[in-house]
Amino acid sequence: MVFKRYVEVGRVVLVNYGPDAGKLATIIDIVDQNKCLIDGPANLTGVTRQVIPYGRIALTDLTVKISRNARQKSLTAAWTEADVLAKWEASSWAKKMAAKKKRASLNDFDRFKVMVARKQKSNIIAKKMKEIAA
Amino acid sequence: MTVAGKMNQYQVVGRKAATEDHPNPEAYRMIIFAPNPVIAKSKFWYYMHQFRKMKKTTGEILDCVQLVEKNSRIIKNYGIWLRYSSRSGTHNMYREYRDLTLTGAVTQLYNEMAGRHRTRPRSIQIIRTATLKASELKRDNGMQFAKKNVKFPLPHRVASGKRGMKALSSSTFTTQRPTTFFG
Repeated sequence: MVFKRYVEVGRVVLVNYGPDAGKLATIIDIVDQNKCLIDGPANLTGVTRQVIPYGRIALTDLTVKISRNARQKSLTAAWTEADVLAKWEASSWAKKMAAKKKRASLNDFDRFKVMVARKQKSNIIAKKMKEIAA
Repeated sequence: MTVAGKMNQYQVVGRKAATEDHPNPEAYRMIIFAPNPVIAKSKFWYYMHQFRKMKKTTGEILDCVQLVEKNSRIIKNYGIWLRYSSRSGTHNMYREYRDLTLTGAVTQLYNEMAGRHRTRPRSIQIIRTATLKASELKRDNGMQFAKKNVKFPLPHRVASGKRGMKALSSSTFTTQRPTTFFG
């Protein structure tokens, strides 16, 4: 089991608990074995500069090249250079999160449409299976 | 007795009351760590009557002002010298903490002393505090994080079952043990 995601300066993390839950942030400094200093940057993700324990964050695969304690301006520049937001939206993690969110926000008509679509899909599959089996 | 919680730093200035023979007694200033100004003033008298011949009834507090951290955006290394009484005697101690603010480090100190040594806040007296450079640290724990290019994984991540969930799993029975490896 090799570790690929490290707590390090520049690691992009997803906050998964607290008032900023669901938002991305970057680790800009490490306090100790239990907490680190993160920053959005605030103008891109809405997470302000704060200390957060590791239990409240999830490490992602993305990193940005910054120096320790980077200020918001250089952090924003590094984020736009690495195109983090686009890379994140393209990752399957973000897509699954978006799909879950969409599913939770469906209204009754949408759920009806989903049911009809699933029936159509299984109809096509059943027909094909019958063809193959015969 | 200091009830710890989030500590604040106060500058308390006081002096003996003015009398006819001494209309202008010397004023003394102390830096006190306390959760609120009421306890700060009480601690001021606690220390002052140990050091000098003055007490609350014969003195007056001239000023009690909260001191705010100059730069609470960067992590600093703090060394704290303290004196505490244990069940068998009273000892001096030196501890180091990494935190954004001195008051945060002092809060950590009180919580850690309670956890590791069962010391109640009333038994702790802070003698001196200092902000240290990384090269001046003496304890291993802070030293290993004050270096350049610190990097480590988060192995064996255990989910906290109480956070926002009714149980560790959404179903009563499952065939798979939870995963603790997240890269």
